[in-house]
Amino acid sequence: MKHRFCTAVLATGLAIAVLAPAAQADETKKGIERYREMMADPFANPGTLYVDRGEELWKKKRGPKNASLEKCDLGLGPGVVKGAFAQLPRYFADTGRVMTMEGRILHCMVTLQGLDGKAIVKKAFSGRGVGGSEMEFLASYVGAQSNGMKFAVKLDHPKEKEAFEVGKKLFYMRSGPFDYSCQSCHAEPGKRIRLQDLPDLTKPEDTRKTIVAWPAYRVSTESVKTMEHRLADCYRQMRMPRVGFASDAVSALNLYLAKLGEGGVIEVPAMKR
Amino acid sequence: MKKLIAAAALVALVVPAIAADKVSPDVIKKVIAASWKDPAGSNPKGAKPDWAARLVPDETLKVCSDTLNKPSKAQGDAIVKAAKASIKYPADGKFMGDWKKGEKIAQDGRGGRYNDKVGVPSGANCYACHQIDPAELSFGTIGPSLAGYGKKHKFKASEVKIAYEQIYNSHSAHPCSHMPRFGANGVLTMDQIKDLVALLMSPDSPVNK
Repeated sequence: MKHRFCTAVLATGLAIAVLAPAAQADETKKGIERYREMMADPFANPGTLYVDRGEELWKKKRGPKNASLEKCDLGLGPGVVKGAFAQLPRYFADTGRVMTMEGRILHCMVTLQGLDGKAIVKKAFSGRGVGGSEMEFLASYVGAQSNGMKFAVKLDHPKEKEAFEVGKKLFYMRSGPFDYSCQSCHAEPGKRIRLQDLPDLTKPEDTRKTIVAWPAYRVSTESVKTMEHRLADCYRQMRMPRVGFASDAVSALNLYLAKLGEGGVIEVPAMKR
Repeated sequence: MKKLIAAAALVALVVPAIAADKVSPDVIKKVIAASWKDPAGSNPKGAKPDWAARLVPDETLKVCSDTLNKPSKAQGDAIVKAAKASIKYPADGKFMGDWKKGEKIAQDGRGGRYNDKVGVPSGANCYACHQIDPAELSFGTIGPSLAGYGKKHKFKASEVKIAYEQIYNSHSAHPCSHMPRFGANGVLTMDQIKDLVALLMSPDSPVNK
């Protein structure tokens, strides 16, 4: 209900903007700012519901193995959730891969609970009006257990060092019918697509603000979306083929950005357009 | 001695590009193959574009990616030359179409994504990056403002041609430009490009009011 009320406030901001063309963009931005301020109230953020539902799911015995996720090793040892997100993505010896938070949650659902990984991936990004996916609930819960902590991904393992370099390379790799790379939109400060501000992901300041915000509740989709989704959707807009969920490319890009934005204080799920 | 200093200066210039390559092309290839396992699976029903090819930079993009869009003079010249050669011109020498159609194309961000309908012409999504008709306030700022473009260029015939070339393949004037090569990459048809040229260069277009 509060959410609808806030949307109305935003709409009012937009309506005011129509009156004076010169000031319109400014007014619209102010309207969005007011909206964001209201949404900074943690009790008004629908994303907190995702955290609660994620916690329930995390602790519930499910799947062919009738197990919960409470013994999931997110990198700090089996069962340690607090602070785990702040050090992800990272290398896991049991899979021999660098994995994102979402990739590791998926791994635990498959190995501990015996759930069908393909089915989970198929539903990982919830559609409009669905009200969230299991992955979005779980990622919100795991992420929020690092709230208030600083991002501190490590590049200790050679595979982590390699993933960092791969991520960097992918960030700048232009291809496809539109010739885009991440750099096309995210390498200069203060730029916009239409009215949407773009973070400069070549600089630590903007990168910090970006990586500490995902998973985020997106008003435009009325659901929490994860970093996996953010990166996959960028690739879609870049006219690339569909990138694999928890794939090495996404993990590498995520690690690269998390490293560049280290020191940022985690506060998830944040509120986004 | 002078030669030595010059050589040292050259090395200093070249080193950052090499230092940026801390991972072998084979590793990148493997990651891409593993991460986009079934690029053809992205195909919208009935479409047959080569989706795997979208992940492979061509010669121009390879240089632009490796140099972070700052090619050397020689690299830039080669890119400009290739870009100029890629441009196909209207047989009748008329570069301007219908600015009203052009405005629609400039507003349209659809086409070419795996969830787009097949058979619908691609838009150019110009407003995502440029201000164009000043009445449209929802515009991006990645590219320069194009408001008043024709007036600014005094509606010259030579500038009409340059606008066409810029949309067809922006690297023909600006090597490693951020802008998509709309004509050379087959995103837009020649007629669509002519409509966009009219939007920018026609005295009747709201861009020039």
